[in-house]
Amino acid sequence: MQALEVRGLVKQYRNGVQALKGIDLDVAEGDFFALLGPNGAGKSTLIGICTSLVSKSAGRIAVFGHDLDGDLEAAKACIGVVPQELNLNQFETPETIVVNQAGFYGIPRSVARERAEKYLTALSLWDKRHKLTRTLSGGMKRRLMIARALMHEPRLLILDEPTAGVDIEIRRSMWEFLRELNERGTTIILTTHYLEEAESLCRNIAIIDRGQIAEADRMDSLLRKLHTESFVLSLRAPVSVVPRVTGYELTLIDPQTLEVEVSKDRNLNELFTQLSADGVQVLSMRNKVNRLEEIFMRLVDKSGAPA
Amino acid sequence: MSKGITQARWIGFKTIVFREFGRVLRIWGQTIVPSIVTAALYFVIFGSLIGGRIGSMDGTDYMQYIAPGLIMMAVITNSYANVSSSLYGAKFGRYLEEVLVSPLPNWVIVLGYVGGGVLRGLLVGLAVTLVTLFFTHLPVEHLFLILAAVFLTAMIFSLAGLINGVFAKNFDQVNWIPTFVLTPLTYFGGVFYSINLLPEWARTLSFANPILHMVNAFRYGFLGRSDVDVFAALAIMTLSVVVLFFIALHLMSRSAGLRD
Repeated sequence: MQALEVRGLVKQYRNGVQALKGIDLDVAEGDFFALLGPNGAGKSTLIGICTSLVSKSAGRIAVFGHDLDGDLEAAKACIGVVPQELNLNQFETPETIVVNQAGFYGIPRSVARERAEKYLTALSLWDKRHKLTRTLSGGMKRRLMIARALMHEPRLLILDEPTAGVDIEIRRSMWEFLRELNERGTTIILTTHYLEEAESLCRNIAIIDRGQIAEADRMDSLLRKLHTESFVLSLRAPVSVVPRVTGYELTLIDPQTLEVEVSKDRNLNELFTQLSADGVQVLSMRNKVNRLEEIFMRLVDKSGAPA
Repeated sequence: MSKGITQARWIGFKTIVFREFGRVLRIWGQTIVPSIVTAALYFVIFGSLIGGRIGSMDGTDYMQYIAPGLIMMAVITNSYANVSSSLYGAKFGRYLEEVLVSPLPNWVIVLGYVGGGVLRGLLVGLAVTLVTLFFTHLPVEHLFLILAAVFLTAMIFSLAGLINGVFAKNFDQVNWIPTFVLTPLTYFGGVFYSINLLPEWARTLSFANPILHMVNAFRYGFLGRSDVDVFAALAIMTLSVVVLFFIALHLMSRSAGLRD
């Protein structure tokens, strides 16, 4: 069964802006799905329609087979959403917020209290449960929004840039938490601007740009479409001229840094052998850009190019 | 409809009402105390100081005459303010989305917010009634009428407050209606005087003021006297609840201020 099925979805705002131009999208049950796109591409509009915060102009959406037009309550009961912008009552405590949220989904108070402990503990917020939300840090508020979205144990969790503005340590722990959640069966749709986040977590991906799906594929298939990869090499000793290595295009960034573009049909062993023969010693190597970022930029640039 | 859905909606409704009422109790200095202080001042100034010179109104001791109107005034302002400010605050802070994304139907959300407003209106009304008893004796002629009038009035102004909260684009707009509409209507709504004192044209005009009917129906419950037909007043109040409920429901489903 599809967790999310979108067909011919159109959203035209009253000011004439067409945010979505007939989108088709499928997210399978159990998937960890990345929905990427530049700002204003239509990601949040799509999520808003799924959660009934935005009305659609045309098309249909089904969540685990429940059509939003005919079976809205059942569809919404399947969804947990973590919005992009903070939307917490700053004058309530985390415990009150999550227990109330469970109540809105018809969960009795006693069960809600047990779940509050479970999810606030899992997201390292249990010791803050009696603090006013406004006293929490930005990262804590983000985690609180995740705990709140999980209180009714949704089958589909939609996260709209959940790690925006969160430091790397907390981001990593949130990734781990989401990975475990997905392994336990929750379907997750993630939008993010951190492309390494999508690459690390997601199995399938759709790139949306200017209200249209520019690409939808498996993550590994999409990454294989890259024919070249760029690396940055740090050298032990400075060089004054670019070493000549047959089959590789090298650029000198500074006397101790080289950039090399490697085609998919070549390997790095050859490169290092030739550099060693020329007396160039490589101290370290890193990817110039994230691979997904490169694909993303190409797709977005392509769809934005004038016809 | 399955029992499970009904129970889920009931839990959702209770959650909204308890959350709203919890807010009332949490900020009691803003929500409960001011009306008690205001009512006490009215009784001291209009009742004890000036009222002694007025004597009676329509054959009733003036302090006793104004008491039901002052209680009703507290119910009106508090039920209205509760829903308008709470809903606008939730909209402004975006946490209204918590209920909007939930499976709760819009009518349950409307009733939940209105329930919070009604509870605050009744609580403050009860507190002002207790204050009243320090200043005057308040007989009870028709208990059912008192309860029906106060409950319907609290419902009407909670619904009106919700509509205001939906439309408001800033906190100023939350305060406009109470300042420029509710206060004048209340003061001209027969709280402090009988419309029999007015010239014919003003008396006729007063009948168009819904608060006149509410105050008089409520006063009739206590004192057994009214400037209006109390059954017509109850009918007007019931009709107002129905009309305002459907307006609120429509706005909750469609309003650009909440969704879209």
